[in-house]
Amino acid sequence: MKLLTHNMLTSHVKGVTKGFPLLIKATEVKVNEVEFNSQFVSRMIPKLEWGALVQAAEELGHRQDLPGELVPNYETNEDFLKKVHRVLLEVEVVEGCLQCPESGREFPISRGIPNMLLNEDEV
Amino acid sequence: MKLKELESCLQQVDAFEEPKILLEQYPTSPHIAACMLYTIHNTFDDIEGKLVADLGCGCGVLSIGAAMLDAGLCVGFDIDDDALDIFRRNAEEFEISNVDLVQCDLCSLEPDSYAKKFDTVIMNPPFGTKHNQGMDMQFLKAALTMAKTVVYSLHKTSTREHIQKKANNWGVKMEVIAELRYDLPASYKFHKKKSVDIQVDFLRFSKA
Repeated sequence: MKLLTHNMLTSHVKGVTKGFPLLIKATEVKVNEVEFNSQFVSRMIPKLEWGALVQAAEELGHRQDLPGELVPNYETNEDFLKKVHRVLLEVEVVEGCLQCPESGREFPISRGIPNMLLNEDEV
Repeated sequence: MKLKELESCLQQVDAFEEPKILLEQYPTSPHIAACMLYTIHNTFDDIEGKLVADLGCGCGVLSIGAAMLDAGLCVGFDIDDDALDIFRRNAEEFEISNVDLVQCDLCSLEPDSYAKKFDTVIMNPPFGTKHNQGMDMQFLKAALTMAKTVVYSLHKTSTREHIQKKANNWGVKMEVIAELRYDLPASYKFHKKKSVDIQVDFLRFSKA
């Protein structure tokens, strides 16, 4: 699971009103090289929940010097875009789980795939 | 990349080992997948550098093709462990790193949380026959919520009018890009013939 994907995942357990962002408890993380496309990264940035991305990177020990606030004029800041590219697309959670911030329900991540399926009584 | 090249690459993608009737796991043939992706890429430029979702991705032939055509990232969604496992192995064998996977039930998913997150949604949904009536439309509804601009999908030609009406209701523009003959190999025991051709529309839905 990449952090760009994590940035879109929400817990929908019955009764939960704010199931975002999911807390990441990782037991295995890898960094997998992905070709850098500055336009793509720069187009994704305004769609992100920036705080959630920084928090996720922090939880995985891959925040490095990613700023808490989005920097101005990031579109032309290649150095910054490369850092964002790395956390969005290259850092991956292989094993662990995601935890709903409200209900505490855990969603397992196995071999890189988060399982967001709910039981019948949770829908 | 040429169409022929793409198709021959996609022939290396492994498909379902034991397809499940309830999930209507018919594989998308490499030929159909390549033609779809090639058109989406060359005619409409909706793959390269885009955030793409593949709903009901199965073993990943559409996602892997989209990744080869340089999607920024393609996220495959499916309910089934076994299919996702094959998808993951396919992606590893192709050494593709711009795909990601999520296991979820698109029918109970609240697609609002993904509203307009994806530039492009591609899918070969269950046709909604047998035990799954209406499943195709549930997928389409989810896809249209998740996409910011455009959805590409395959549907039985016999349902075209119905889908057109729904598209009008939802305020999206529907175009028939191609009529395909979908060759369903006899994957299941209830198929008496060796293979059946069904008429399928390749549809493009664009949001204003």
